[in-house]
Amino acid sequence: MFGLNAIELARAQFGFTIAFHIIFPAFSIGLASFLAVLEALWLITKRRVFLDLFRYWLKIFSLGFGMGVVSGLVLSYQIGTNWSGFAQRAGPVVGPLMGYEVLTAFFLEAGFLGVMLFGMKRVGPALHFLATCVVAFGTLLSAFWILSVNSWMQTPAGYTIAPDGRFLPADWWAIIFNPSFFVRLPHMVLASYLSVAFVVGAVGAWHLLATRGRNEAARTMFSMAMWMATLVAPAQIMVGDLHGLNTLQYQPAKVAALEGDWDTERRAPEILIGFPDMKAETTRGAIAIPWLGSLILTHSLDGEVPGLKQIKPADRPDSTLIFWTFRAMVGIGFLMFGLGAWSLYARRKGRLAEDRWLHRAAVVMGPSGFVAVLCGWITTEVGRQPYTIYGVLRTSDSVSPIGLPGVATSLVAFVVVYMLMFGAGIFFILREMAHAPVAGEPGPSETMPQRASGIMPGAQQLHPAGDPA
Amino acid sequence: MIADALLPTVWAGLLAFAVLAYVVLDGFDLGVGILFAVERHYDQRSVLVNSVAPVWDGNETWLVLGGGGLLAVFPMAYGLILPALYPTIIAMLLALICRGVAFEFRFRARSVFGRFCWDAAFFVGSSVAALAQGLTLGGLLQGVRHNGPVYAGGWWDWLSPFTVLCGVAVVAGYALLGACWLIWRTDGDMQTRARGYAWYLGLAVLGLTALVSLWSPFLHPQFWVRWFGWPNILLTSPVPLLLAALAVGFRRGLERAHHLTPFLCAIAWFTLCLGGLGISFWPLMVPPDVTIWDAAAPAASQRFLLAGAVFLVPAILAYTIYSYWVFRGKIGADTHYH
Repeated sequence: MFGLNAIELARAQFGFTIAFHIIFPAFSIGLASFLAVLEALWLITKRRVFLDLFRYWLKIFSLGFGMGVVSGLVLSYQIGTNWSGFAQRAGPVVGPLMGYEVLTAFFLEAGFLGVMLFGMKRVGPALHFLATCVVAFGTLLSAFWILSVNSWMQTPAGYTIAPDGRFLPADWWAIIFNPSFFVRLPHMVLASYLSVAFVVGAVGAWHLLATRGRNEAARTMFSMAMWMATLVAPAQIMVGDLHGLNTLQYQPAKVAALEGDWDTERRAPEILIGFPDMKAETTRGAIAIPWLGSLILTHSLDGEVPGLKQIKPADRPDSTLIFWTFRAMVGIGFLMFGLGAWSLYARRKGRLAEDRWLHRAAVVMGPSGFVAVLCGWITTEVGRQPYTIYGVLRTSDSVSPIGLPGVATSLVAFVVVYMLMFGAGIFFILREMAHAPVAGEPGPSETMPQRASGIMPGAQQLHPAGDPA
Repeated sequence: MIADALLPTVWAGLLAFAVLAYVVLDGFDLGVGILFAVERHYDQRSVLVNSVAPVWDGNETWLVLGGGGLLAVFPMAYGLILPALYPTIIAMLLALICRGVAFEFRFRARSVFGRFCWDAAFFVGSSVAALAQGLTLGGLLQGVRHNGPVYAGGWWDWLSPFTVLCGVAVVAGYALLGACWLIWRTDGDMQTRARGYAWYLGLAVLGLTALVSLWSPFLHPQFWVRWFGWPNILLTSPVPLLLAALAVGFRRGLERAHHLTPFLCAIAWFTLCLGGLGISFWPLMVPPDVTIWDAAAPAASQRFLLAGAVFLVPAILAYTIYSYWVFRGKIGADTHYH
């Protein structure tokens, strides 16, 4: 099929399902923290607008969270269906970390979501705020474990390899806090925060445009989102830079591939735009700035930057895709920084709620965070190839013994089902966003079922009908 | 501290418990979805959905725990079973997605056609998920061909008369759990209808359980020896007797219009069936010849996760039980959502 083999299709299928899955948790992580902040502000200031905003975003959170649960369920099994070699060899190391993710985070979130969604009237504001914080903490705990696993696959540590090829845990501390974990976790959490900030900013801007700045809730959410852009975008750029230094140290092949550099050299140029050609071992049509490559990657004009030619052709990650996804991610990061700076300027001029061009720009930038998350994720995972565990376990040794027709059939089924189901979900989320927040915003409707496994009360309990059983 | 050699036994027990929790809990909420086949009116269907809405999410988390736990503790079995039963696993996952989102979306659809589509997705998703789980169970029971840790069978190995029988049995069993759940949680006409469904489904499940039980000892010599060999038969013979006793209790519960008895009987029925499977399997993880010790991860991995599980699983159980307590009470036809 299109000249692809079973490994490439297995990667395509896995990549497709994770690409969908990564969006919803990124949204949940950022939005849960945002909701905790909104509720705290409401409790402290007693201003109604914060409660309205809390309820407005809570409805959207419940939709996104539900889709995160079902798309996450798939991954718990797909590692076995698609990557049984990986599961059998690396399972002793990555399995327990994922087990802890389910035990600590998944159950925690699912358990307290009910209170958060429907329990305000029953448990009172203080306990309700606690539930919101527990859910937000749960999403961060999830990120902790999953990013630990992901980082370990990039920079494995704390293990030995048995004669039969299995990875055996030697030092759990070294496994969990492996060398790239410290940059990867903050990079991902900040990415989630920024993604949500730009969604919130876009929704606020949209309603500011529609009401000519008269909607108080829209003004407040836009202002909060722009503070996030102003403060977090520069922080993210700094963390991203640290991430780059870390990757250069531990995964030079990845850096060479995403930069499109072929020759290892000092005073290396930075290629801004070009077309890497893996066969000809060159980057065609390159527009480069002298010395900048060394400056960015080593913080020194004289620093040595690796080139792909120092790596055997069979061990090289494919540069053609990640050269561009990396540039898209970095470009979006700087656009975010620019919008944050623009909003600061407008804020100082007292025109934050009136600057219609700023609002239009914010609407356009609404989905940019998710695009950046996807691009960054593609860059780091494709840049890890041809290994699943960098430098130790090859993708070709990780794949399941499933024939091409089987993988192709299931890939088509996944694409169709995901497009229909999550397409509808995104439609429903956008429909919620299209309606402007109003004073006295209702929460998740009590005429709708509460969908979470909550430990708390919902609509049924508001209509007690006796229990003769 | 537990000795290394004992760890796989402890974990096999814990995972068996997770499977039981999943089958019983998600069983009744999938069963409620299957009953969409006979509950046709939109408002009635809303009562069905509302009765499980607060708990389905947590119920499904046990399935994630089962997958994650298998990967962590028995990675060899995980990497063998999932490729072997690839089609049924993928079908189950896709079905659960359809069902999970339909749950939420059927209340947001504004057109009649939209509601019809989400109801259809809920019904088909629930039914296919149940069928696929039955096929998976059957496929595992009949054994997996392998070469070392690598699956060596064909694309259609999972499909046989026996696995289809298991698939049908699980669909009927979940529908029975769903009907008994409704007897407990609803009243009036809905409860009366649920009693009718439970009666027929109970007969069907009894027959199907007997068929599967009689068939499975013929699959592998080990199963036969386990059940009918001397002195094992002394220990195994009470299982069918208990099943029969439960069937009697179930019937009396229905006839005397008890609310909770049929559901408890159905749960006990499932527990016994899984216990019976345990008798057949032990100490195998993957028939015909992979034992739990063959499949186990190194002791360090098992110990590391066990240290957390001994505290976290009881905590999870505690708040799960509490949540069912909070959501107790009838979902009457007059209390459905407008």
